Amino acid sequence: MSDMDDIVREFLVESSEGLDTLDRNLVALERKPGDKELMGGIFRAIHTIKGTCGFLGFGTLESVAHVGESLLSDLRDGRKVLTPEITSALLRLVDAVRAMLSDIEVTGADGQQDFSELIELLARLQRSDVAPLAVVAAPAIAEGAAPVGPDAAEARGTQASDSNIRVDVSLLDRLMNLVGELVLARNQILQYTATQDDRGFVATSQRLNLITAELQEGVMRTRMQPIGNLWAKFPRIVRDLALTCRKQIRVEMEGRETELDRTILEAIKDPLTHIIRNAVDHGMELPADRVARGKPAEGCLRLRAYHEGGQVNIAISDDGGGVNAERVQAKALQQGLLTVEQLARLTDREVVNLIFAPGFSTVERVSHISGRGVGMDVVKTNIEKIGGTVDVHSVPGEGTTLRIKIPLTLAIIPALNVSSAGDRFAIPQVSLLELVRLDGNEARRKIEMVHGAPVYRLRGRLLPLVSLEHLLGLEPGFWGAPGRPHEVVNIVVLQADEQAFGLVVDDINDTEEIVVKPLGRQLKGISAFAGATIMGDGRVALILDVLGLALKAGVASDRGKHRATEPVAGPRSTEAGERHTLLLFQLGLERRVAIPLSTVARLEELPRSAVERVGAHRVVQYRGRLLPLLRLAELLGETGVAEERDPIPVVVCHHEGRDLGLVVENILDIVEERLTIHRREQEGAIFGTAVIQGKVTDLLDARAVLDGADVFLFAGTQANESQLAGAWP
Amino acid sequence: MSSVRQFCTFHVGPLFLGIEVCLVQEVIRAQAMTRVPLAARAVRGLINLRGQIVTAIDLRERLGMPQAEGDRAPMNVVVCTEDGPVSLLVDDIGDVLEAEDADYEDPPETLDPVSRELIRGVYKLPERLLLVLDTAAALGLEPPAVLPR
Repeated sequence: MSDMDDIVREFLVESSEGLDTLDRNLVALERKPGDKELMGGIFRAIHTIKGTCGFLGFGTLESVAHVGESLLSDLRDGRKVLTPEITSALLRLVDAVRAMLSDIEVTGADGQQDFSELIELLARLQRSDVAPLAVVAAPAIAEGAAPVGPDAAEARGTQASDSNIRVDVSLLDRLMNLVGELVLARNQILQYTATQDDRGFVATSQRLNLITAELQEGVMRTRMQPIGNLWAKFPRIVRDLALTCRKQIRVEMEGRETELDRTILEAIKDPLTHIIRNAVDHGMELPADRVARGKPAEGCLRLRAYHEGGQVNIAISDDGGGVNAERVQAKALQQGLLTVEQLARLTDREVVNLIFAPGFSTVERVSHISGRGVGMDVVKTNIEKIGGTVDVHSVPGEGTTLRIKIPLTLAIIPALNVSSAGDRFAIPQVSLLELVRLDGNEARRKIEMVHGAPVYRLRGRLLPLVSLEHLLGLEPGFWGAPGRPHEVVNIVVLQADEQAFGLVVDDINDTEEIVVKPLGRQLKGISAFAGATIMGDGRVALILDVLGLALKAGVASDRGKHRATEPVAGPRSTEAGERHTLLLFQLGLERRVAIPLSTVARLEELPRSAVERVGAHRVVQYRGRLLPLLRLAELLGETGVAEERDPIPVVVCHHEGRDLGLVVENILDIVEERLTIHRREQEGAIFGTAVIQGKVTDLLDARAVLDGADVFLFAGTQANESQLAGAWP
Repeated sequence: MSSVRQFCTFHVGPLFLGIEVCLVQEVIRAQAMTRVPLAARAVRGLINLRGQIVTAIDLRERLGMPQAEGDRAPMNVVVCTEDGPVSLLVDDIGDVLEAEDADYEDPPETLDPVSRELIRGVYKLPERLLLVLDTAAALGLEPPAVLPR
C-alpha cells in the first residue's frame, strides 16, 4: 500500500507542477496561437495526467481530462482554431483538475464534485464549427476568464504537494555564502573557546559548532541534484548521433541518483556531452565491423556514477574499438607534440592519455559531430578547473573507459593546515594521501639526496620530496642544504595527477573546514595557489593547488608538463637533451642500465626462497598476487652473469594494470640528468646509450620489455582491476 | 562653468596623491597581512576585510620608491573595482579635498616614467599640487612592470 501512496504522491506533485505550467502556457498560446511547441507541450501535459489517473483509477478525473485532450488534439492538428472561449474553457479544465487533485490528496479519491457541465462545455466546443472570431471572442473572455481567479488560489492553499517549493538558485547561492561566513565565524569562536575556562561558554560554543555543521550540511544538500538530471538528455543525443553515423548504440546508466552540487553539475555538462559525442562518433564501430570482430552489432555505452571518498566518480565506457595507441603516437609526432625519445618513454597508458594534449585529434576527417578542434584538452581543462581529474583507459578492440573524479562541492572543503617559514597554508584533503613524520636521526638516515634531488623510501617506493619553503621561495637556500639541521621533517604525501610526491613543511597543524575564496586578479597567474581562506584566528591563509605545485616542482608526469601552458613544440624540445629522472641499475658484472623512473612502481628485495615456478616461468607471491620475474641479464644477452644474490633486487614495473618484476644485479641510484642520447639500431630492448654520471649507460626501453613479456603476464589478475589500480597511485 | 570634484587624498613618500571619492570604498588602518609568495613585488599580501579577502598593493613599490623607513604601518585605501575591492597601501591619509576642473592639467613631461604611468593629471590647489592617481593603472600589474629598486 505504501508503494501505491508513493506513486500517488509523486503523481500529485508532478501534476500540480504541470498544471502551473499549463496555466502559463495556455495564456502564452492565446497570445501566439500558431506556436506548435506550446501547443504540443499543453497537449502532452493533459495527456500525461489523463494517462496516469486512468492507471491509478481516478475515473472522474480521467473523463474530464479526456474531453480536454480531444479538444486539444483538434487544436493541435489545426482542425480548430483557438478562440478565447476555448482558452477559458481549458483554463477551467485546469482548475477542475487542480480541485480534484486536492480532493485526492485529502480523501484519497477524486471527489464528488460534478463536472458534467464542464465536460459538456468542452465537448460542445469541440463539436461546434469554428465560430467567427470577432463576434464570440469579446464576451467569452469576460465570461470564461472571470471564475478562474480566487477559487483556484484557495483550493491550492493546503496542498501537501506544496511540500516541494521552487527556490531561486541565486537565493541558495547567497545562503551558501552566508553559511560559509558562519563556518568561518564558528572556527574563530572555537579557537577562542580553547583558551577559555567558562564552562557555560564552552558548552554553548560546542552547540554552535554542531548546529553550524548541520546547517552547513543542510544548505549544501539543497544545492545537490542527482546526476540523472544531466544524463536524462544523453539517450536522445546518442540516438540521434547513432542514426547520423549509422551505428546501433544503446545507453546504460547506473547510479543516476548520485548527487552533485549544482555548480559542479553545470560545469561538467559540456565536458560529458563532448565525451559522449566522441564515444559515439569515434569510439563505436559500425555494426558490420562489430559483427566481423565477433561483437554484437549493437554497441553499448555505459554511464556510471558513484560516491567514493568524498568525491564523485563518473565512468563513461564504450565497448568500441578502443584508442589506437599507434595512431595516437604517429599523430603526436606529426603534430610535434612530442619527440621520438619522449614517446619512447611513455607507457601505453600515458600514450592513450595523449588524447588530452592541446590540439590533439586522431581523426582525419572532421565530422560535424565531433572533432572540430575543441578537443579532449578542453574537456580536461574544464574538469580540472573544478578540481577534478580525468583519465582514459583503453583496450584495443574492446573499448575505452573515461574516468572522471570530481569533488562533491566547491564552496566548503576539508583541508589540512600546514605551516612553512612562519606562513600558514591550507591543503585540500582530496589530494592528501598520508602524513609522515621523521625525527632528526631517521630523517638523516632515510632521506637520500640523489644529485640534489631528495627522495624518501615510502614502503619501498621512491617518493620525490619537495620543500614547500623552497618551492614558494619563502627563504633563500635549499632545504636540506648543509648547515641547516632539520630536527623533525614533516612530509605531507600528496597525489598530483598520476604521481605521488612528498611536500616537506615545517609544521602540520590541524584539519579544518575551509571556505574557498577566489584570489584577486593580481594573483590569478600563480598556479601554486587555488585560492585563499580565512582561518580560525581571522587571518588569511593561502590554499595550495597541489597539481600546480607538482608541476612547478617538476614531479608531475611528463604528460602533465606538456599540458602546462607552454607550447610543447617550442624551443624546449630543440634544447640539447631534457632532464630525465632515471633509475640506474647494474646488470652482470659491470653493465649499467637506466630506465625512466616513471615506469617503476616499486623497488623490492625478495628472498630467493620466495621464488616459485609456474611452468617455465619464475614468479613470487607479491602483495596478494603473482608477480612474474624476468631476468633482465638473460633478456639482454648479458654474458657475464654473476651468481644471483640473496635477497634478489627486483625492479617492479607496472604495465596496463599488470606488474612485472625485473631481476637486476644491483640497484645503483636515481638520477636526474640532461641526456644526450646516442641512438642506435634498436637492439632488443635497448634503444640507445647515454653518458650518465660519467659512465656509459644503456637506456632500456621499458615498454618493449613489458610488451615482450606480455605473453606470460598473468592476464587473469586483470579481473581484479580495481585492486590493481589501488596499488598504483 | 567648471564642476567641482572631491578627492580622497593621501601621501606616498614625497607625493601628495588623490583618488576620486566615488572610487574609494573605505580607509582602514593597517591590517594583519598574509604575504603571497611568488606574487609580483607590489603585492604586499592579503587582508581580511570583514570576511572578504582583499589584495593589498604597495603604492611605494608601484611608484618605484624605496620602502618607508621606521616601522610606521601603512594605511589601506580600499578602492572598488570590477573584480571587487582592492587595497592600496599608502603612508598617510589626508583630508577629502575639493578641486575644480579649471585647475586641472596633464602631468608634466618631466615626470619620471614609472610615476607617469600611474599619474593621470595634476590639480593646482591653492597651497599645493594634488596628483591624481590612475587606480586602474596602479592595480594592473601588467608591464611596464615595477622596476626593481
